[in-house]
Amino acid sequence: MADAASSLAPKPEGATGVLVLSDGHVVWGRGFGHVGEAVGEVCFNTSMTGYQEVMTDPSYAGQIVTFTFPHVGNVGVNEEDLESIVDGAVGCIVREDVTLSSSFRSAGEYGQWLADKGKVGLSGVDTRALTRRIRMAGAPNAVIAHNPDGNFDIPALVARAKEWPGLVGMDLAKIVSREIQEGWEGSTWTLGTGYGAGEGSTRPHVVAIDYGAKDNIFRNLVKAGARVTVVPAETTLEDILSLEPAGVFLSNGPGDPAATGKYAVPVIQALLDRDIPIFGICLGHQMLGLAAGATTSKMHQGHRGANHPVKRLGDGVVEITSMNHGFAVDNTALPDNVEETHVSLFDGSNCGISIRGKRAFGVQYHPEASPGPQDSFYLFEKFVGMLG
Amino acid sequence: MPKRTDISSILVIGAGPIIIGQACEFDYSGTQAIKALKEEGYRVILVNSNPATIMTDPDMADATYVEPISPEIVARIIEKERPDAVLPTMGGQTALNCALALFNDGTLEKYGVQMIGADADAIDKAEDRQRFREAMDKIGLSSARSGVAHTLEEAFAVLERTGLPSIIRPSFTMGGTGGGIAYNKAEFEAIVRSGLDASPTTEVLIEESLLGWKEYEMEVVRDKHDNCIIICSIENVDPMGVHTGDSITVAPALTLTDKEYQIMRTASIEVLREIGVETGGSNVQFAVNPKDGRLIVIEMNPRVSRSSALASKATGFPIARVAAKLAVGFTLDEIMNEITGATPAAFEPTIDYVVTKIPRFAFEKFKGAKDDLTTAMKSVGEVMAIGRNIKESMQKALRGLETGLDGFNRVIALEGAGRDVITAALSRATPDRLLNVAQAFREGFTVDEINAITHYDKWFLRHIEEIIAEETNILQHGLPIDAEGMRRLKAMGFSDKRLATLAVRSVGVAGGLGETQATRSGLLHDALRAMAGATSEKEVRQLRRKLGVVPVFKRIDSCAAEFEAITPYMYSTYEAPFFGEPEDEAAPSDRRKVVILGGGPNRIGQGIEFDYCCVHACFALAEAGYETIMVNCNPETVSTDYDTSDRLYFEPLTAEDVLEILRVEQSRGELVGVIVQFGGQTPLKLAQALEDEGIPILGTSPDAIDLAEDRERFSALVEKLGLRQPANGIARSRDEAVAVANRIGYPVLMRPSYVLGGRAMEIVDSEQQLDDYIATAVQVSGDSPVLIDQYLRDAIECDVDALCDGEQVVVAGVMQHIEEAGIHSGDSACTLPPYSLPADIIAEMERQAEALAFGLGVRGLMNIQFAVKNGEVYLIEVNPRASRTVPFVAKAIGQPVAKIASRVMAGEKLESFPPFKRDLPYMAVKEAVFPFARFPGVDPVLSPEMKSTGEVMGIDADFPTAFAKAQLGAGMRLPTEGTVFVSVKNSDKPMILPAIRTLIEQGFRVIATSGTQKYLADAGLPVELVNKVAEGRPHIVDRIVDGEVSLIFNTTEGWQSLKDSQSIRASALTAKVSIFTTAAASVAASEAIATIRGSQLEVRSLQDYYS
Repeated sequence: MADAASSLAPKPEGATGVLVLSDGHVVWGRGFGHVGEAVGEVCFNTSMTGYQEVMTDPSYAGQIVTFTFPHVGNVGVNEEDLESIVDGAVGCIVREDVTLSSSFRSAGEYGQWLADKGKVGLSGVDTRALTRRIRMAGAPNAVIAHNPDGNFDIPALVARAKEWPGLVGMDLAKIVSREIQEGWEGSTWTLGTGYGAGEGSTRPHVVAIDYGAKDNIFRNLVKAGARVTVVPAETTLEDILSLEPAGVFLSNGPGDPAATGKYAVPVIQALLDRDIPIFGICLGHQMLGLAAGATTSKMHQGHRGANHPVKRLGDGVVEITSMNHGFAVDNTALPDNVEETHVSLFDGSNCGISIRGKRAFGVQYHPEASPGPQDSFYLFEKFVGMLG
Repeated sequence: MPKRTDISSILVIGAGPIIIGQACEFDYSGTQAIKALKEEGYRVILVNSNPATIMTDPDMADATYVEPISPEIVARIIEKERPDAVLPTMGGQTALNCALALFNDGTLEKYGVQMIGADADAIDKAEDRQRFREAMDKIGLSSARSGVAHTLEEAFAVLERTGLPSIIRPSFTMGGTGGGIAYNKAEFEAIVRSGLDASPTTEVLIEESLLGWKEYEMEVVRDKHDNCIIICSIENVDPMGVHTGDSITVAPALTLTDKEYQIMRTASIEVLREIGVETGGSNVQFAVNPKDGRLIVIEMNPRVSRSSALASKATGFPIARVAAKLAVGFTLDEIMNEITGATPAAFEPTIDYVVTKIPRFAFEKFKGAKDDLTTAMKSVGEVMAIGRNIKESMQKALRGLETGLDGFNRVIALEGAGRDVITAALSRATPDRLLNVAQAFREGFTVDEINAITHYDKWFLRHIEEIIAEETNILQHGLPIDAEGMRRLKAMGFSDKRLATLAVRSVGVAGGLGETQATRSGLLHDALRAMAGATSEKEVRQLRRKLGVVPVFKRIDSCAAEFEAITPYMYSTYEAPFFGEPEDEAAPSDRRKVVILGGGPNRIGQGIEFDYCCVHACFALAEAGYETIMVNCNPETVSTDYDTSDRLYFEPLTAEDVLEILRVEQSRGELVGVIVQFGGQTPLKLAQALEDEGIPILGTSPDAIDLAEDRERFSALVEKLGLRQPANGIARSRDEAVAVANRIGYPVLMRPSYVLGGRAMEIVDSEQQLDDYIATAVQVSGDSPVLIDQYLRDAIECDVDALCDGEQVVVAGVMQHIEEAGIHSGDSACTLPPYSLPADIIAEMERQAEALAFGLGVRGLMNIQFAVKNGEVYLIEVNPRASRTVPFVAKAIGQPVAKIASRVMAGEKLESFPPFKRDLPYMAVKEAVFPFARFPGVDPVLSPEMKSTGEVMGIDADFPTAFAKAQLGAGMRLPTEGTVFVSVKNSDKPMILPAIRTLIEQGFRVIATSGTQKYLADAGLPVELVNKVAEGRPHIVDRIVDGEVSLIFNTTEGWQSLKDSQSIRASALTAKVSIFTTAAASVAASEAIATIRGSQLEVRSLQDYYS
């Protein structure tokens, strides 16, 4: 199978990179960034801006991102557009070779930055064909490899892709989460001044559990008026309570919510029992759902982009949102205590819940944007407003 | 929220004639809007004076008024139709201004008409520079330092704050008419004066210059639930200082970080909210300082625009259709995205390709006009191209422009030029700047250097640099001989033709051979081909196909493949193999299919009329059961709407691009044929290449078309048929031309062969003028001869449009021109039916039409131009294809002429269609509309060279009233009192005399220059004498400038007299005085004035006329 498939795609002259799918299919291209190989699930992101934010979003841990927009790297990289210092996506696939950047904000080139981060890049690929394949056949597991001399052991790469267990059942949150507690400082970014400062210890205290969080969430919480302490994914209930939180925030993160939920859900349930206000985003939202008795499952192709319409069921308003998720809360079987508050206008999947009788809610999408639209900042204000 | 049920009828205001700044994009948006509203069951009333639009087809709206879009006329329509609401956002600035005037004068309130889409306050807030600025301050968005002025004194006070250079923008004008950039005080004063004049509110905004800043546009849609979405971001490659309509633009924005993009996105939405655009599409423009990202709001348009048409075509999101639905109360989540058929319109399109738009200009048509690009728009059309990367996108756009480019062609004038010369060329914003940039790279300039001069973003410059580097590589090493190398070049957008040129030059470079020698040496051909790989476009194509390198087609799906697209809207690209073969999404059907080739970018002489015909071909052939496949690259058109044809290829109209489409379409189903006769010259030029490949052409054969265009072949036919042509000859040198002219006798009409729109055509009175023409207007040689015709002075010109199926000829319309022969037919006013021709002359023209149709073997449409002099009919020209007059004829006689022609071309017989009514109980007048106001320094006079951009139709019971309506529709309000100035050539004096008598009876005061004054006074008319300009002051121009003159009749004989009187016409144009430059039109105007004086113009719908 592997040999038959790869013989369909003989290595073209000058190929220095390759994507090898677990079914044996091979997609040749030009490697850039880190020299080496990485295994992960191939997903696609349809956002036309914000590649640096995407590549530093820990939710992409264990994934290879296909950018559907052909030109990536145009504005280079800088020190500000980082969403995390930990590893997110292991590699990326683009159609066009990355050219030198042009932006007053650029402090370096994307290709070199990927190399520095140990991430593998592959260019010269028909990313639209790859995206269509993912749409039709689901997100495949694969190995992305870069070798300037063009030598690849394809059967070995196929074997590695096959051996990789996949994201279902994988708890990646504890890998990308912070290892130690951290008092967060800093608010959102403005042109000309950069990131603002958080101020005042008299603000309501939010303890944010980091399952692989994007930093912009914390900045938005600060902007909305909170004081934020970030704690690692596996922080115990006692340790959280000892911080005397006015509210607890559950972050986004990679992997299967059911896997991470094994240790996270009991903590969340205990917080719910104590009626502590809770706000969850993405993985945090899914685990809030699990804690309230809902179930989650893996989506066919996931939602990744910056153009996703979400309907707010309370008043019918549509929010254009940034999304990045491959699992979702099942909205066909929600328990009575869970109210669906937001729904995707693309496919009707769940995008928000609140827990009846509790001050707890979550959204599947990313109101912190970065990248993406900033239509949903109100959620941070709503949460901070609950903290009395 | 469902649609509104408290309104049931809606008035849609169109944009009127095609003018610079307002082209067929408003037919596209209006047509979409009407369809969308009718789908919802509303009664739609339309007013639009432009007969060449799809929206004015009688089966579009319920009541269609082809009437002038002036407040008093639209008020009459409102009075008659009593619509519940008016939708003013689909017809550009014309419709907005008209609706605002009707609001301000109380008409809307009087008849209880609501404004939907945008209300009067929102329009005013967006358009009034001061209020807009205050609104932006309120939401914390910065604007440029600026001030508003209503007088020159106020303007100089503002200048203290802004400093020079400064930008002057008149309020309430479209396309920046009358505005500009001033670098010194003298320029400042001149531009402020013209701006105050152009503004209906005598108001200009003066702003600090943001020259060199990056310019962006955001297309935003909002619904009444305050849901806001961005449809598309557009980045201008030309930085601030060039009007966005004249700028090369790309979509999406390519040089912004997400943080910057989101600032712009949020700001755009806040602008809509603050201005109060409740529903619909708007366009917000920004300037961004490339050094620090500082962002400034430039302006917003609370309506659909040229950019929203571009954004719609670029993304597949139908902004006008959606905006119309939102205007009647739907919300975005209730409207389906028809491209996917599965997701709602409430989302932001995302694309996986790069779109490039390049404007097309017509400076060559306007002698004396400077080709500087400024903040006042001057382009007459645009091309859009789609590629998977910027290089492919740009190179496709360049070849789609049809200005003779195959890509980044060399700029010969800059080859080997000094650095100062190249720097000077780069520093000027002109239509050729992009090519100059490429040439500068060839001449050794660096990205940094070019960026410093042009302020083009370095990201774009680097891609151009890479293209030039690749060209150099080909010049040194020849074409690649392997599939990967060839695919790499094709993926960069190189056309086969460009590659052939480079290949041939590579031999020259490698072997020291001159290029001319290389291309012309027939004997060396095989050797040359062996060395170069290929020497012609065809050979490159063969080589490429042999290597298996062919384009694939990708879908424009609004979602970057996230969802399946059910609408076959496609573009070509070159992809690497994926799981075997490169992935192609064309999926041709197994149906019987017809391919319709469109007209490409609009230009003078080839505009909306041809698109109208192409759209009708799509409709008619779909009705007849064929699959229709449209190929075009003009984003403004209805033909490139995804629901006009069954399948749409948004591709350049070159042989290469079209043949690749046909290759795919022929791979399945049956290609019945290609229609090349409807899109003007553009598709005709491809006919030979298609025939060479054995592609069937529907309708009249390309050979018959060639016969009609080939002087010598055509003369033989005319002789055989026993018809009369004006004496004529052909000259291949200056001396031959003199000999031919002497044989025929002056005056003669001279032109190069193979032209459309009378390019470089002139009436020549003497040998001296003939020399001047040959020296400046044309290159005469063996390859490009010049044609010389007897000029029938003062003959009446006629146009005849007819259909032929091979067995029967049906004349659709005989049009009598108002201006005499010698004025380009596209620039002449005309009437249908003829207003003064005897029946036997008309019958004779019809007889000749029939003979010609059979003689040429016409299948489909044909157009014939005749001249009638002293009772004799002369044949001027035959075009066995769709002509510019087809839509006017169709509207005038109420018959779908182009549709019938399409079906005849596909094999049906004329007898299967109902006969045309011949006796029309009304008169339809077509009048041309000119862009002279855009080109200061150009003499606004009519000639054999076409200069009009568009047309209007006036229709009424009698000729004078229809003529008056046509004038009003064209923007010339006939005065009913005041002073008329007359200065006419001797031969016109007898003709003008009764007209002047009429005007005096109507109470006009008459002033005239000496010769005319004497003639009229001798005839007993009270006429005052006024000085010619050369006779000392105060002279006629002083009187015009002072506003003393309300009407001008000015005809001239010979070029000296024309030169002498240029200042009269120029000042009339500036002072907006009605001016007629032919005797016939002057007479018609006098009759019209006498008829309309003291009475009100009445309105009547087309449906009413036809019933």
